[in-house]
Amino acid sequence: MSATSMETSRYTWGADEHLVVQLSESMSLRANFQAMAIGSDLKAQNIAGITDIYPGNASFLVRFNPDEIDPYEVEKIVRAAEMRVADGAVRGIETRICEVPVWYNDPYTNETGSRFRDRHQAPDMTDLEFAAAQNNLPSVEAFIEAHAGAPWITSMLGFVAGLPWFFQMVPQERQLQVPKYVRPRTDTPKQTIGHGGCFSAIYSVRGAGGYQMFGITPVPIYDPENKLPDFAETMIFFRPGDIVKFRAIDEPEYRAIEAAVEARTYRYKQAPVSFVLEEYEASPDLYNEKLIGALNAS
Amino acid sequence: MPVEIIEPGLATSIQDLGRQGFYNVGIPPSGAVDRYAAIAANILVGNGSGEAVFESTYMGPKLCFTEPSVVAVTGAQAPVFINGTAAPSWESLQVAAGDVLSFGIFTGGARIYIAVAGGLNVPIVLGSRSHYALGAIGGFKGRNLLAGDSIPIGQLAGTPGRAVPEDMRPVHSREVDVRIVLGLYDFRLSENGLSALIDKPWQLTTVADRIGFRYAGNTLEWVPREQPFGAGSDPSNITDAPYPVGSIQVPAGTEPIILHRDAVSGGGYAQVGTVISADMDLVGQSSPGTKTRFRPVSIDEALDARKKYMDRQRKLIQLW
Repeated sequence: MSATSMETSRYTWGADEHLVVQLSESMSLRANFQAMAIGSDLKAQNIAGITDIYPGNASFLVRFNPDEIDPYEVEKIVRAAEMRVADGAVRGIETRICEVPVWYNDPYTNETGSRFRDRHQAPDMTDLEFAAAQNNLPSVEAFIEAHAGAPWITSMLGFVAGLPWFFQMVPQERQLQVPKYVRPRTDTPKQTIGHGGCFSAIYSVRGAGGYQMFGITPVPIYDPENKLPDFAETMIFFRPGDIVKFRAIDEPEYRAIEAAVEARTYRYKQAPVSFVLEEYEASPDLYNEKLIGALNAS
Repeated sequence: MPVEIIEPGLATSIQDLGRQGFYNVGIPPSGAVDRYAAIAANILVGNGSGEAVFESTYMGPKLCFTEPSVVAVTGAQAPVFINGTAAPSWESLQVAAGDVLSFGIFTGGARIYIAVAGGLNVPIVLGSRSHYALGAIGGFKGRNLLAGDSIPIGQLAGTPGRAVPEDMRPVHSREVDVRIVLGLYDFRLSENGLSALIDKPWQLTTVADRIGFRYAGNTLEWVPREQPFGAGSDPSNITDAPYPVGSIQVPAGTEPIILHRDAVSGGGYAQVGTVISADMDLVGQSSPGTKTRFRPVSIDEALDARKKYMDRQRKLIQLW
């Protein structure tokens, strides 16, 4: 099946248990909102036999049990949902803005990076120096300022348990783009802030990874034992649509937060916000200031 | 009552038939890599088909029973011993308190399944007892088994003396055909690239675990193009997207990786097809070096193969 529906979306089978819909080959907030809205529409229908509904950055996946539902019926249901979303122009979400403190240029990720220079396209530079150069920024500090300046939106979860992908809320010409490592590392510290293509991510657990490493957060984002108050009802902190503001911290603050996490008293700084795509697109910087204002007032 | 682990083998974890509904946050289905074998082991000892069992890769563990129990071993071809004396696989066996179960060298296949009457009674996490290693959840304390672990067992007398008929025991070969449905991002492959994927054999490398199976042997060529925004610069990159379980991705175009039941749920590599559900057990029993051909089938053929596979499972469950 390679039939196209609507303008550019592409339906394709992942064998007999998955239907994948590619809404757009390139990343955009609009494609991401469309994926989220179709996901919500399908979830609300609570269809027997559909086991997983998984919106991605610019695509989505539906996993089904073909013993319970005919795959062609799944396709029909999904096409109808896509049509409804397009017609209904779902362009806003009720969400929250959360702060993630980051120790940029920290010794942990720098040490890990130094062990894998043979897998990097610029072995004589650090990941941050490489990222600054790739984006024509004069210094590592200028890169960090851009990374921690404008907020990001959680555009997808996954890879491993609870890992969020973030897409920065700036016009495309200001997006930070960095290639991935030439060959993936076999190690990445837990809670590393990584970046590949136009996406940043937080590694929820220690393990392999191909994203450039910029820093580390002392705050858990995956807590399977529900130790922290913000994880009382979930082992995974981030949800699609969450807006994230990184804040650069130094070592003393990193240690202080680390101690609060250890004592199980740490709380995320967060505030509920409404996000309206068209208002954002009309004036991104002003809109972001408003969002950050809501966070700082919390 | 518990089973004591004397030696864990190379990689032994506790698996049932997996969890669903959490793939969108990066938690894969997990569950027995060879579902048919896990179901068979359970049915033999008198359990329901979905109880938790031991799954051991390449090498069996050494276990000691602390009270009389019924046990069955299925999956890879491997010599089974009770107190050092040869015992049959694909049969349910009565064991006494103090008996030791051990294994010889595997002669075919990659994973054995050990069911104990009553099932392995570890906590249910997100709907399943299956261990998911990357997320450190499920199974015994969120990890693989170690020497000295003591695994609790459910209460059930069990049914010794059952045997799965010979013709219902899969024999694992070093040369396999794996059926795939082409699609996903296969349009990114050149004609030569597609031909290299499906017309030439591949060899399974030593990188083969519950997350993925990596193959080598050929190089795939991509259609040259200007990469879309957000996708990354290599022609094998896409805008990061969810990965189907069983999908085949080809980083840098060189080594196809089949994602298995502990799949990473998403990422930025183009996938060119997906293994049909009926052949996932077959992939899971492949050992390094296995010569593998990817044979494309249609979605309808995949559904037909699934019906036949489910019929085999049903026949197994209806034996007793």
